[in-house]
Amino acid sequence: MPALPPQPAIEVTNLVKSYAGVIAVNGISFTVPKGEIIGFLGPNGAGKSTTMRILTGYLPATSGSVSICGFPVATDPDAVKKRIGYMPENNPLPDEMRVSEYLYFRGRLKEIRRGKLGSRIDEVLELCDLKRVRHKIIGKLSKGFRQRVGIAESVLAEPPVIIMDEPTIGLDPHQILIVRDLIASLRGRMTVLISSHILPEIEMTCDRVLIINQGRIVAQGTPAELRREVLGQSAYEIEAAGPLGSLPFLLGTIDPGLSVASEGPLDELGFRTIKLKTINADEVGEAILRACLSEGMRVRALSRAHPTLEDVFLAATRRSWDAVSPGPKANGHS
Amino acid sequence: MKHFFTILSHEVRMLLVSPSTYIAAVAFLSLMGFFFTSILEDYSKAPQDMSPAAVFFLYYWFPVMFTVPLLTMKCLAEERRLGTIETLLTTPVTTTEVVLGKYAAAYLLYIIFWGSTAGFFYILKRFAGDAHLIDPGPILGGYLFISVSGLFFVAIGVFASSLSRNQAVAGMLCVVMLAAFIFGGLYLANASWLDREALTSIKEAVAYADIFQHYEDFTRGIVDTRELLFYVSGTVIALIFSILSVEAKLLHS
Repeated sequence: MPALPPQPAIEVTNLVKSYAGVIAVNGISFTVPKGEIIGFLGPNGAGKSTTMRILTGYLPATSGSVSICGFPVATDPDAVKKRIGYMPENNPLPDEMRVSEYLYFRGRLKEIRRGKLGSRIDEVLELCDLKRVRHKIIGKLSKGFRQRVGIAESVLAEPPVIIMDEPTIGLDPHQILIVRDLIASLRGRMTVLISSHILPEIEMTCDRVLIINQGRIVAQGTPAELRREVLGQSAYEIEAAGPLGSLPFLLGTIDPGLSVASEGPLDELGFRTIKLKTINADEVGEAILRACLSEGMRVRALSRAHPTLEDVFLAATRRSWDAVSPGPKANGHS
Repeated sequence: MKHFFTILSHEVRMLLVSPSTYIAAVAFLSLMGFFFTSILEDYSKAPQDMSPAAVFFLYYWFPVMFTVPLLTMKCLAEERRLGTIETLLTTPVTTTEVVLGKYAAAYLLYIIFWGSTAGFFYILKRFAGDAHLIDPGPILGGYLFISVSGLFFVAIGVFASSLSRNQAVAGMLCVVMLAAFIFGGLYLANASWLDREALTSIKEAVAYADIFQHYEDFTRGIVDTRELLFYVSGTVIALIFSILSVEAKLLHS
């Protein structure tokens, strides 16, 4: 792999955007190195779309600075617009055009040379599996095809940075899979910033995740890092019966960081579901099982919990609401 | 201005596949054909003082009131309603190029509409065989008036379209603004309350902006640079306002 130049693809510093007194984006800073796929998560109205629009130069920021491939968006929007492919929320497309005509028009606007454009259109049609519909009118295409036309359009000029606002919204699982593979195929060649609230998809495609809420970044890192940071190292779930009162003491002897997170009610057979959490990363499942059995407990099940990104997301956004309230709640701009 | 021609050709193409263009074209040509035949009927009954071309172009305001809105109401309103303006403006295209491209496309179609009425005069010449009905002066003057005033009228339509994301509202605004410009001058030129001495400068300004007066001058063969300047400057101002309006709406979207 060639040495990557040190310049980040996207650099955002203290970005603030307010609309008529409502602060949609409040001091966001992040950098995205070249070739990375980054996921942008947040509840509705968190400021995702606003941030993306500012990155593309479509909206001006109230304060702060944004640069794409080293070009500041505020003072050199033309250079930035040549280096991005952008697919807005809801993927607006002109309904009266044919797919190939649309791509040709967009290619000309993106300053692809006339001679190269035809073969490049063929390439992206192939890449997005649109060959069958290339002569169809966009207004008559199904949602999945329209979405892929939008993606084809954003990668058309081979920009170094691609920004997609909810590219998989409204697609069926099969189509989501196709779009996910498509985005994954861009890894390393292009920097991709995608927003979504479909979390498993972000988890599978993205190298790094940014969670924002109420215009602030509440967590960032790889999905694994986020789990550790937000939810602690790891969690276990045990279903056991017997002298459960000695469990906390018992856990302390195995690992001082291990503790009971929550206890469920007794079921008809006398078993109770207990959630345990630990601050260390070491595997302690076997030690827990051995200790419980030696104390005369009956253990029906023991599992290591795999928190999903969803848990991380919920925990991180809840934490941020706790931290910033009292304040204006979701402000209507997403 | 690198992308002006890309947008122009795209817009012309979009206008040519849009049904409203054909509705406007059919309505325009049948209406103008009707005017033309009724003018010729009058001429066949009794001799008249004016050339038939001069009378024909006197009705310019009627087709202007519906062709201009039909051609322009869609151009910016639809882009904003669908959100395609967002994808358009995130390519290396400036707002000026977008507005000018759309304006030029609508103007081109407008001129093609009027240009097709030249067929009427051709048919008249071919079949009437009466040279005095075909006076080239008023015909050329009339077409010159149409093409110069069209610059301004179409620019008003583009401006109206930039104000609303609803096509119908844009169309209505366009009709109202056109009516204000076309008949406002005529009304004020005849208004007696402007005859007072203190208001003479206003009276002069109104006379300068009277579009019917311009029409008369043009069909008589008088091409006054002040009148040309009136339309050109009006066009420039309307287009600058359209560009500002598109950009202002982005700031407050």
